[in-house]
Amino acid sequence: MASAISSSMNLKPATLTRIDELITHYPVKRSAVLMLLHAIQEDVGFISNEAIEWVAAKLELQPINVYEVVTFYPMFRQKPIGRRHIKVCRTLSCALLGGYKTCATFEQEFNTHRGEISPDGEVTIEFVECLASCGTAPVVMIDDDLHENVDGAKAKKLSDQIKAEASARR
Amino acid sequence: MPAPAQRRIIFKHIGAPGYTNDLACYVQHGGYEMLRKAITMQPAAIIDEVKKSGLRGRGGAGFPCGVKWGLVDRKSGKPIYLVVNADESEPGTFKDRYIMHDDPHQLIEGIMISAWANNVKQAYIYIRGEMPHGARILEKAIADARAANFVGPKILGTDYGCEIYVHRGAGAYICGEETGLIESLEGKRPYPRIKPPYFPAVLGLYQCPTIVNNVETLCHVKHIVEMGGDNYAKIGTPNNTGTRILCVSGHVQKPGYFEYEVGKITMGELLNEVCGGPLPGRTFKAVIPGGSSAKVLRFGETFTLKNKDGSSRTLTVEDIPMDFDTLAACGTMGGSGGVIVMDDSVNMVEALANINAFYAHESCGQCTPCREGSLWMKKITNRMVHENARAEDGQLLKSVADQIAGRTICAFGEACSWPTQSFVAKFGDEFKGYADAKKTAKPAGALDLV
Repeated sequence: MASAISSSMNLKPATLTRIDELITHYPVKRSAVLMLLHAIQEDVGFISNEAIEWVAAKLELQPINVYEVVTFYPMFRQKPIGRRHIKVCRTLSCALLGGYKTCATFEQEFNTHRGEISPDGEVTIEFVECLASCGTAPVVMIDDDLHENVDGAKAKKLSDQIKAEASARR
Repeated sequence: MPAPAQRRIIFKHIGAPGYTNDLACYVQHGGYEMLRKAITMQPAAIIDEVKKSGLRGRGGAGFPCGVKWGLVDRKSGKPIYLVVNADESEPGTFKDRYIMHDDPHQLIEGIMISAWANNVKQAYIYIRGEMPHGARILEKAIADARAANFVGPKILGTDYGCEIYVHRGAGAYICGEETGLIESLEGKRPYPRIKPPYFPAVLGLYQCPTIVNNVETLCHVKHIVEMGGDNYAKIGTPNNTGTRILCVSGHVQKPGYFEYEVGKITMGELLNEVCGGPLPGRTFKAVIPGGSSAKVLRFGETFTLKNKDGSSRTLTVEDIPMDFDTLAACGTMGGSGGVIVMDDSVNMVEALANINAFYAHESCGQCTPCREGSLWMKKITNRMVHENARAEDGQLLKSVADQIAGRTICAFGEACSWPTQSFVAKFGDEFKGYADAKKTAKPAGALDLV
């Protein structure tokens, strides 16, 4: 029940402000579902059941209306992931230039499999479909940043950078 | 003869040294002058110019933009919405990405001119979720344009106003289908709507008349206002006017984006001269000319086409001009302009397995033939590659594909069956012989595709 949910869901004040502003963009509140889910996922990392109910209450919808959106769109996730999200393009143009090898390199470097959190908690690696940068294949997104021409050697280099940042933090 | 020179209209400044994506740079290069010109024109006059220009949509279907605008229900009394399809996700296509990241104000100017022409007060840019920086760049550009009075209420001292908001998708290819996009913009699963009755021009966003145009298409509108529809129509070839951006990826020496007058460059010139030909030691085997759903062409095949005077001409793949009509006459399509090249290191069963995995992942699941069929095709090609392949699998694949196209609400049914139909028709020998081919060593440098 919406009333049982904390009014702010521990979202950052900036996220709450952003959410209120986003809702004003549409004549029908329901339209804001995707944008609110993005804002929440960026803030807390994933979409919990509590978040689904919170968004539903905020937009005067039933939780199912939000749940069906979360479960359809590949970018929304209902579980936490590693600290960094590595998305390797799987589709044809990237595969033609070694996308599968790129993905395997990341998996080896972090001793993990696609879709899992690596044992050190640093990364989750995923295959995604076409990232619309086929001319610089193979491409990889690490969090919000696109990396181009990521062959095995560059995947190794990017992995080393992530590991170095991780040990600097510890 | 060397390949013709590029004619950069949309990509005039993109990639040029010193050109940045901020408002000051855009204005310095003459930006928003065409919006100033447009708002002194009657809206109907702008629509006329776009009709005269012959501009065809650059998103995939190639539908004439002026005709699309002409279909809008202007008597309903309901607001008219403009929705920018920036959900660039047809595999092989990567042009709108550069427009939005490197020249966002060109798009915004195109939107505002088109909005004025169609009495639109609210526009949305539906950008794919995987372009978070692009969304931020557009939001900043819109804010800057609003502060400079190019966007928002009472633009440039007139009584006319239009607001633009950025709306992010979340990783679903089907949102590129215009009615699916509208559903998504309404906050729902992007299940495409059935037409009739849900033609966006009549019953679109919130059941109001809605124009959905691709990013590149809207940028062209600015240049049509600049040069006039008749002059624009002189660029390119008849019925295939203007320039278009061709995105080349896969097995060429120099992949990338290139802007040409439509139909003024052939496939052979594009791949061999502009893109530097095949990789060392390789030869071209196949090319998909307009995004991964376009039917594949096999190097070595020929096409006999009728001329207007009744005579006929025979074209090789290399001879085909990169326009809408000739590619259609050759049984494929110009689509989104995404040209994917495969050389002789590629096994076509494996390439199809890669494509089938894409479509099985992206089917929205609404229509049974597509939901089940795309999955079956994926399972069959996956089994061929990873388990046992049978000589009759090609026919099995074809029979599944033949039962999807034409039996679905949206064009995804065609998009997912055309690759299978064309791969099996043109490379049937490879499907038949795949079990034996697997027993022999792969060519050096061959990569996993699935």
